[in-house]
This record gives sequence, C-alpha cells and structure tokens, in this order.
Amino acid sequence: MTASLPLRAALLSALILALFLAAWHLATQSTGPVADMDPEYARLMGATATTGVSAMPGPLDVGEKLWEHLSDPFYDNGPNDKGLGIQLGFSIARVLLGYSLAVLVAIPLGFLIGMSPLVSRAVDPFVQILKPISPLAWMPLALYTIKDSNISAIFVIFICALWPMLINTAFGVSAVRKEWINVARTLEVGPIRRAYAVILPAAAPTILTGMRISIGIAWLVIVAAEMLVGGTGVGYFVWNEWNNLSITNVIIAILVIGVVGMLFDQILARLTRLVTFPE
Amino acid sequence: MFDNPFDARTVFRSGCNCGRHTSQSEHDQQMRAQEVSSSTDKQYENVVATAVLRAMFPQDASRRAFLKAVGAGTAAAAVAQFFPLATATEAFADTGPIEKPDLKVGFIPITCATPIIMASPMGFYEKHGLNVEVIKTAGWAVIRDKTLNKEYDAAHMLSPMPLAISMGIGSNPQPYAMPAVENINGQAITLAMKHKDRRDPKDWKGFKFGVPFDYSMHNYLLRYYLAEHGIDPDADVQIRAVPPPEMVANLRAENLDGFLGPDPMNQRAVYDGVGFIHILTKDIWDGHPCCAFAASKEFIDTMPNTYSALLKSIIDATAYAHEAGNRKEIAAAIAPANYLNQPEVVLEQILTGTFADGLGNIVQQPNRVDFDPFPYQSFAVWIMTQMKRWGQVEGDINYDEIAAQVFLATDTSKMMEELGMTPPKETNKTFVVMGKTFDPAEPEAYLDSFAIKKVN
Repeated sequence: MTASLPLRAALLSALILALFLAAWHLATQSTGPVADMDPEYARLMGATATTGVSAMPGPLDVGEKLWEHLSDPFYDNGPNDKGLGIQLGFSIARVLLGYSLAVLVAIPLGFLIGMSPLVSRAVDPFVQILKPISPLAWMPLALYTIKDSNISAIFVIFICALWPMLINTAFGVSAVRKEWINVARTLEVGPIRRAYAVILPAAAPTILTGMRISIGIAWLVIVAAEMLVGGTGVGYFVWNEWNNLSITNVIIAILVIGVVGMLFDQILARLTRLVTFPE
Repeated sequence: MFDNPFDARTVFRSGCNCGRHTSQSEHDQQMRAQEVSSSTDKQYENVVATAVLRAMFPQDASRRAFLKAVGAGTAAAAVAQFFPLATATEAFADTGPIEKPDLKVGFIPITCATPIIMASPMGFYEKHGLNVEVIKTAGWAVIRDKTLNKEYDAAHMLSPMPLAISMGIGSNPQPYAMPAVENINGQAITLAMKHKDRRDPKDWKGFKFGVPFDYSMHNYLLRYYLAEHGIDPDADVQIRAVPPPEMVANLRAENLDGFLGPDPMNQRAVYDGVGFIHILTKDIWDGHPCCAFAASKEFIDTMPNTYSALLKSIIDATAYAHEAGNRKEIAAAIAPANYLNQPEVVLEQILTGTFADGLGNIVQQPNRVDFDPFPYQSFAVWIMTQMKRWGQVEGDINYDEIAAQVFLATDTSKMMEELGMTPPKETNKTFVVMGKTFDPAEPEAYLDSFAIKKVN
C-alpha cells in the first residue's frame, strides 16, 4: 500500500491511456453493412459507404499504420511522397534554423533593452504590437516580399520565436538584483565584464525560460506554415493525407508532432535546470 | 535478414519482375515510359515519311499507284535507300538546344492536372528531353505566388487565372500566357446526402456552396447555373472559395451544402458516402475548358526551346489522355501518394466515366472528362464576360486583344502540327451554355442578355 508516488502516477497514467484507447475502440466500431447494395455498385464505393465502417479509424488501424511508418521512415518516392522520417527532418531543420536566428537576434537585443530603461521604453510599443500577430498572418507578406517559400517559412519561425525570448531576456536583465550590480560597480568591473560575469548568470534562468516558450511556439508554427506552403515537412504530410481524407495518417502525424515537441521542450527544460542556482 | 541466396525457396524482396529495378512500381513506371516513347517515335516516323513521300509524288494518285505496284514494304525500303528516314526523324524530333532541362512545374492534386502529372511517371517530359519535377502545391493562391516568384517554371492553373493575372485583378499585373488547356468537362455539382430530395435549384436558397477559387470556371459555371434557375448567387446563396482537399471534409461536417468542385473530390464524396453527384458540368456546357497549363511571358521569351519542349510534352500527354483506352492505365499512374494520393478505384470511375452517382445508380458518361489542349480564344472571351458579369472587372474590356495575348492558340497549333496532330483551323468557336449560344464577336450583347448579374 506504500508504493512510491512516481509508481502510482505511472499506474494511473497507464490506466487513463487504457480507458481512452478502449473508449476510442468502441466508438469507432463498424455498424454492420448498410442496407442492400448492388455488388456492382458497392465495388465503386468506399468502405465507409458499403460496410458502415466509421470514417474515424480505430486505435488498431492507427497502430498498424504507425508501425508501417516506423519500419520505413526514410523512403523517397519522388518530390511529393517521402517517408515520415525525412519529412520530420525537413521540419526540424527549418525550426532550428529559424530558431537559431531568433536566438542570435533576441538575446543581444534583449540585453540592450534590459540594461537601458530608455531603450526599453522606446521599443516597448513596437514589441507590444508585433508580439500578438499570428504567425500565419506574416505568411502572405513574407511570400510576396522574400519571393521564396522555404525562406518565408524560416522567416515566419524567426519572427514568432523572437518575441518571447526578447521579452524574457529584457525582463531577466532588468530584474537582476541592484545589490549585485552595485557590488560589481564598487569593485570597478567594466560594463562588458559586468554583463558577462554578473548579469548573464543572474538572468540565465529567465532567458532560458523565454527560449523554452519560443521553441514551443516555433514547433507550433512550422506545421501550420508547411501546410500553407507545401512541398516538404511534417505539415505538408498532414495536408497531403488530409487531401486523401486519411484520418489515420493525420492522427499519426499529430502523435509524432506531439512527441517531437515534447522532446524539444524537455531539452530546454534540462538546460534551464543546469543554469538555475539556489539563492 | 540473411536468407540463403542459393535456396530456391528464398524470395528476394524489394525487386521487380525483371529484376532490374528496385521496386515493382519503378519497373511499371519505366515500362510505361518506354511504351509511350516507342509509340511516338513511330508517330514522328510517319510524319517524316509522309512529308518525304509527298515531296516525291506531288500527285497523290501517282503515290498510290507506286505503292500498289511495288508494295508498301518495298516502297519504304526504296525510300530509305536514298533518303535516311531515321536521321530525318531524329532531326525533326530535335528542337534545338534546351536552355534549361531541369524544370519545376507546380500542380494542385486534382484530376484536371492529369496531363501535367502523368507526363512525369509516364515519361512524356523525358521523351522531349526535359527533366521535370512535378510539385504538389497546397492552393491556388500559393501556386500563383510560387509561379510569380519563379520557384516554378510553369504551373497548372485554372484557366481564368492567367487572364486575371495578366489583367492585374487579384494580383499585380504580370504578362502571363496559357498555351494549353488541360481538360474539358470533368467537374460536377455535388450535394450533401441530406439534400437528396431537393434536386430543384429553386429550393436552394440559403445554401452554402464551395468553389475552388474566385477566378475559376467552377465559380462562373455555378453562378451561371444558379442564375439560370432564378437564384441570385450573390444574394440568395453563399459561395465561398474552399481549397479542393477541404471540400469533402466540409461537406461531411455540414459546413457546406454542396460544391461545384473538381474531381476527384466529387467522386470522393460519393466514395465516402458523404454526398451525391447532382449534375456534371458537361451538362451545363459540354466541352467547357477547366484547368490550364500556364507560364509567364518571360519564361516563354527567354527560353523558347525549353518552352516548346515543355509545351510539346504537355500536348503529347494530353493527346494520350484523350484516348479512352488509355484511361485505366493513367488512373494507375497518377493514383500514388507522390501524385494525387487517391484510391485508384475513384480515379478510374472519373476517367472512364462509368461511376457511382451516390444515389445507388451506376452512370455511364464516357465524356465525363476529356482532354483537349486547344485554347480557343472564344473561351477567354466568355470567361471575361463572366468576370464582368459578377463584378470582378469593371469598365470596358478589350476582349479580343487580351484573349489573343493570353490564350496562345497559334503556339498550340504549331506544336500540334509538329507532333503530327491536326489542330482546329479557327481559333474562335461558338458554343452553347445551357441552351444559349455564345457568339464571341458580340460579348457585350451577350452580357446584356442576362437578367441576373452584378454589373452596374
């Protein structure tokens, strides 16, 4: 009766999953053949219309298809049909590129804003207006001005990942305790060394939290952007399977997107823990 | 994994019948490509041989007498002796150096694009010396932008789009040309199952309809059809642009009451038991153009040889698709995920014209969809009358001039002749839409004759 908390939590998780799968399985059971249908006519119709199979696939269908994808993730049947592994690769590459660019811009800029109350106030209205813009609203503008769909997608990632990092960096930098800065000043530490040796370590946890929020947003955005632009990536995969009304594949894509998003989040959570210090 | 290769019972996986390809599909693809290319080589040979014989015997009667006297085989051998037919055929097939053999052509995954798509797996591009990648694209606005961006060298478009782009409506004006129509007919009005007893358009007030794009034949045909039945498409119903892949899902979700959409979406709605086919567009206007192959003027001017090779491949593929006997084979070639990503049985029903209508009947309409590359300029004039009718363009339109600039009928004629086909003599023709004859010489009078319209 005294099993540890993690063990009990794991058991409960497993139970929830099992209940969910069972409910799903029951809800998507076929209702039996629909009326009488001329076999010649039935041959021309899909399974949903002839056998009353629910248009929603059951967990077993999804599992089977998932296994198929996992056992051959890197096939390449031409420009419009590549394995799930390759599509994920394209998406991850785009996200990392756009995200890295955003990091390169947001952190130095955030430092500048955080260290100077003047710049902070001057830039604030722009940031407040640009921050809530939906990523997809940028897309037509990007496509029109950049004239390259791939770079447009990366630009959209960049612009959406930028703001949380910028704001968090600025906040972290401005919230460094005044005593520490004053101590540094008394010891006649130069401004560059002060930024590097005092402010950066103190603000690091906040900055990394901003980066963690940003990677989540970037991963959200890529799927939508790729659905719009097409060509490659996991967003294109979802769109292509939607085109074929293959809900099974769409569910698999949702699952995979979730897992990859979680991995990204976990990596940054680890990094945050590394730089967090007890006060 | 390590099966004994010397064991007779061992089957090597991932191979094909002949063992030269890595997969059966690759094998099939290559076989198809070879078949097609050998049949056209024959075609070229015939064209050249005809020309030679005609030169030798200006009078047809003497040619026939000669052939009768010596027999066709001997005649061919005799001609070949002093005229190298093979070399001439090669020279004829060769269009000069191709400026850019690696091309990207965009398409929307619908059966209208059949010639553009099938030309890739069936080897039509290869045959004309091109290495074309056909790229699936998410929607009409994206395909327009990517073509304007030059990411695509040419693209599948709706036939009103090049007109709209050239006239600068819905985008910046950019000279665009449409040297070939892809398909004629091949669309349908599909309604949700719950409306199966409301077949009279007069009962459709308040319906929500989907069309693929504002500048599409679908939009104009649906509006025309509704207006002929006394329904004002702007006031009595809602018509909105819905990308083809979303049509069936929206119909299922009861977000739409129906759509005038491209195939395979109509047949797909039937296949999934979501809707039924109310009327084929061929019964609204038999022989209407739908989708088109379009390229920018710039591409045509800077790379004339590439352009003509590309156009030839498309016309060649279109002619192949026109033959009813080839349709099943085409359905198999374009069904995989790399192209349309649809069940083969759906495509087969569309292309062969023997299909389930969703109400329990099997209908036979062999010309449900057909393929004819010739861009009659009167098609363009009709489209412009409808653009004006529904308020997309205002003011005077120089119908003939725009039609001649965008619908490149003369280029098409030339390429068709080079491929040994007979192009139509006239670039204009009159046609009948729902019982009403359209005279391309009198577009304004035609426009004035409609009771329901939006023009002021």
